[in-house]
Amino acid sequence: MDPAGPRSFPGAARAALRDPTLQRALANLKSGFPVKRAEVVADLPEFDALRDAARDIKDHTLARLDAYLELYEARVREAGGHVHWARTADEACDIAMEICRRAGARTVAKGKSMVAEEIGLNERLDASEIERVETDLGEYIVQLRGEAPSHIIVPAVHVTKDEIGETFRAAHDDLDPARDLTEPRAITDEARARLRDKFFAAEVGITGANFLVAENGAGIVVTNEGNGDLSQTLARTHIVIASLEKVVPTMEDAFAILRLLARSSTGQEFSVYTTVSGGPRRPGDRDGPENYHVVLVDNGRSGMIGGGFQDMLRCIRCAACMNHCPVYGAVGGHAYGWVYPGPMGAVLTPSLVGVANSAHLPHASTFCGRCEEVCPMRIPLTAMMRRYRARAHERGHTSRAGRMALALWAFVAARPRLYRPLAGIAARALAWAGMGRGRLRRVPLAGGWTAARDLPAPEGPTFAARYRNYRREGRG
Amino acid sequence: MTDARADILEGIRRGLGRGPLDGPDRDAMLARLRRRGRHVVPSRVDLDPEGLVALFVAKAEAVGATVEALADEADIPRAVASLLARENLPARIVQAPALEGWNYSWEAAPAVEARSGAAARTDEASLSPALAGVAETGTLVLASGPDTPTTLNFVPPQHIVALRRRDVVAAYEDAWDRVRDGAADGLPRAVNFVTGPSRTGDIEQKIQIGVHGPVRLHILLAGD
Repeated sequence: MDPAGPRSFPGAARAALRDPTLQRALANLKSGFPVKRAEVVADLPEFDALRDAARDIKDHTLARLDAYLELYEARVREAGGHVHWARTADEACDIAMEICRRAGARTVAKGKSMVAEEIGLNERLDASEIERVETDLGEYIVQLRGEAPSHIIVPAVHVTKDEIGETFRAAHDDLDPARDLTEPRAITDEARARLRDKFFAAEVGITGANFLVAENGAGIVVTNEGNGDLSQTLARTHIVIASLEKVVPTMEDAFAILRLLARSSTGQEFSVYTTVSGGPRRPGDRDGPENYHVVLVDNGRSGMIGGGFQDMLRCIRCAACMNHCPVYGAVGGHAYGWVYPGPMGAVLTPSLVGVANSAHLPHASTFCGRCEEVCPMRIPLTAMMRRYRARAHERGHTSRAGRMALALWAFVAARPRLYRPLAGIAARALAWAGMGRGRLRRVPLAGGWTAARDLPAPEGPTFAARYRNYRREGRG
Repeated sequence: MTDARADILEGIRRGLGRGPLDGPDRDAMLARLRRRGRHVVPSRVDLDPEGLVALFVAKAEAVGATVEALADEADIPRAVASLLARENLPARIVQAPALEGWNYSWEAAPAVEARSGAAARTDEASLSPALAGVAETGTLVLASGPDTPTTLNFVPPQHIVALRRRDVVAAYEDAWDRVRDGAADGLPRAVNFVTGPSRTGDIEQKIQIGVHGPVRLHILLAGD
């Protein structure tokens, strides 16, 4: 994926708003996950106490991240697995590709992994001789369509069932033309049948991890479809791609956060499959992988430790923030231009690719604060977006006109003798313009703002003038 | 080329403003690991054993599993035979070798052809024992081992799980204590927490039961 992608947010957002099919698909999201989440949260009185515990677990771990990673690595080794450290996306891909090559991979069955998207592993696999098969249904759909995921939990949320039916018909060209592919059930059955062959053919299974557990070297993967388990159980080699901050100290710590994850994400009490696995098959085992590799990906995260954006490393990728975000709900995930959309992406993307390459993303927010209200890890998303806005402004990544306007405003606002008369003139002008109606349909230079709403026209003198009168009348 | 591992650890320590964690700080960290302290456990599981079984059944059924209570372990073969007939499946089952130690005999269901081992691609129904059932969310805990192959839990479209009533526990942590107790020489390769049959909401958020994992999950609640 092109890291310059996030630069294109304003244009991509405008196009998304004009796309009727996308708007229809996004409507499903708003009536789905948030409603189910509210139900299961109401059914767990301990939810907020768990959020506090989860925040504390991650903060404790991040403050000792080096030591927990070393412990985790030692436990994986003891269980017969290998841990590889990758500083950059390229290093991580090189390592994964080398493992695939040594395993003689012709087919790789991949579970859904956002960090694999982040490092560009898909492109690397596709440029090789190896056949990459996405096994999560949503990922499989976007793979067939040659697209990127538009959501971190439901990658094909931007596609309607009719489009999926057409996509399957185009890709599975041996299909009986009379076969009905108009309903989700039929599409799901077709995917199950197709991917069965791939699961059994794959020499290598690649999955992500929701947690890495320091006490026992286990990786925990959460899925609903069972694809992650088939990928890791049937292939001879299992590769786990995980970023550094996935580590937690104990299973008890993981269970506390797991109680929040599915509830926040899909509104389930628990995902269908929570799989704790570590290392290759044990002596006497009749199935499971013979080789087990973990690729630990840094790619900018160690640089976030100890800084103003460390809290973002508590993120467990549940997607609650984007499911509840009015901006994401209006434009979808592709407009954000990189792997991570929504409020978490608006903070994480600048942290990983630099604010110079993503200066628009921290502005892709109304600051309504819904994301923070629902974040299970209590990440201060709006405060961090505000800090990135300030940084983008200071470094000159915002528009020239915007910076000049702000500079002019600052100049005037810092000089009361100038500000008061100018504000008085502006208030009178606006009051005159809105005469009779009390509101303004259009304001020069603010067309974007007034396109969707009216500006209330000021009535009477300015606050400063009224306050002066108030004091003069001896009431203050 | 410098060492990636050393660079990453060094980068983290630079951010934290310290060298490698040592002394009392490291001791405190290791003490926390050994303590394995539990966090908040939902109060919904503050129940007697009978209440836990009832909660387990209600939660498992709520996520699309079916539960059948048997008076005795010896009834398992008959229950399997009638399920296969009901679901229009061939009278064949592949079971976990561990179940050979359970108190039942396939002679009670002569029509069923039973085999012990890992699942093959053509198997349409499997039977495995659960290490525990977690009442909190109706979750089965299945541990891998030479006599409990993991493929049984994922490959066949019909999965049947035998769970003893006394193995129904309150919370995930209680189930994990059992895994730890049984893992003197290291953990099983995989421990699967299974909550209902496989599902997806990837097409317009409409829930479809039965994707890559089992399409149907039937729980036989047996014994005392």
